[in-house]
Amino acid sequence: MLKIEDLRFQDIGPLNLEVAQGECVGITGTSGIGKSLFLRAVADMDPHEGRVLLDGVDSGKIPPPEWRKRVGLLPAESAWWFDTVEPHISRNGWKGLERLGFPPDVFDWQIARLSSGERQRLSLIRMLANGPSVLLLDEPTANLDAESGARVEDFLGDYRNEKRPAILWVSHDISQIERAADRRFRLLKTGLEPL
Amino acid sequence: MQVIPLSPLDLSIAGLLIIAIALISLRMNLKLERQVMVAAIRTTLQLLLIGLVLKALFTHVHPAWLVLVATVMLTAAGREVMSRQKRRFSGLWGFGVGTVSMCISSFSITLLALTVIIDIDPWYEPRYAIPLLGMLLGNTMNGISIGLDRLTMTAWDQRTIIEGRLMLGQDAKEAIGDIRRESIRGGLIPIINAMSAAGLVSLPGMMTGQILGGSPPMEAVKYQILIMFLIAGGTGFGTMTAVWLGARRLFDERQRLRLDRLRGG
Repeated sequence: MLKIEDLRFQDIGPLNLEVAQGECVGITGTSGIGKSLFLRAVADMDPHEGRVLLDGVDSGKIPPPEWRKRVGLLPAESAWWFDTVEPHISRNGWKGLERLGFPPDVFDWQIARLSSGERQRLSLIRMLANGPSVLLLDEPTANLDAESGARVEDFLGDYRNEKRPAILWVSHDISQIERAADRRFRLLKTGLEPL
Repeated sequence: MQVIPLSPLDLSIAGLLIIAIALISLRMNLKLERQVMVAAIRTTLQLLLIGLVLKALFTHVHPAWLVLVATVMLTAAGREVMSRQKRRFSGLWGFGVGTVSMCISSFSITLLALTVIIDIDPWYEPRYAIPLLGMLLGNTMNGISIGLDRLTMTAWDQRTIIEGRLMLGQDAKEAIGDIRRESIRGGLIPIINAMSAAGLVSLPGMMTGQILGGSPPMEAVKYQILIMFLIAGGTGFGTMTAVWLGARRLFDERQRLRLDRLRGG
């Protein structure tokens, strides 16, 4: 279970939230309010006050790389540092790639030629390869057309039923949050307001 | 062979070249005239001053004087490294990273040269210590400035990649590894080029000076080889230390990329 206690970062907070295994909590809010910063603080990517606990263990007690493998953050803009897909994603991730509509030769594709939608789907698979028990999704379908977006939503739904991760799903699209999330909140400077 | 003394008139003739460059700059709107003149005046004053200092040092041989001059030189070099950074570390670190690295590498290598290689008695004989330290600091400074500048600039530009790697569970060392390697390479390439070109394309300044001063060419050459090796060693260790320190400072204890520790732009 993911537990967020009195989390404060920049001028936002205190935020309190519990997300059970297998549960999906949707976060929305006006743009620029700090939804991405919220996810970054939970992944311990930015300095923050308050505590984030995973199964009762404080993030500060877990080495940062280990924490970030368990609490997987999918940023809105993905980063790539090799020339082709292969060194970024192990071939074990193939099943997921096929489900998201990639052909078998995707491992040889040049990163520079990928569309932003392809990058987004590939970075999702890459993040899931760590086997995180918490997923922090920052606009996971923002660059996708309606069909690919629905595919990603289905894929995440199946993944959730199978692996039971706790999910924080950030989106400006309220209808998507309503489809995907069990509980929904609006992020305000002063805290999380239930929707 | 005696050194032919230079009169103020001789130097003034050479100085005319600087004035000519400044005038052309004015005509061509290069906006360099001020900088050229200021740099030329600084060169004159600073060198005259160090000449007086050396003259005094040579007559009053004492380690305390040497330490004092060395500290002034190091501080000046540290400021120079800092001012060459487009994005430098804020606070004391901006000055500290380069200065500490230069101190470690230049001082220890100068000491090694004075006590083991040239084996002078006493080791603080300023006629050897000051020029050696000066040459080492001057060159190490270049390597360290380039290395640090590249480190901070690249980290700034590639923040998405560094953070993307951290998010996937890589540790800070791995996430910045490529950038660190490239920064060290960048700092070392000038001295490697200088060693490759020495004698073929360029006659190094120190050797030329010794020959002009009347030393036998082979002695001057041997000193130049020694200096080249010392400089390469000093630049190498200095740049590695500075980039290592800088790369550590870019992350905090929770291995977060802390670009807020840089300033300027």
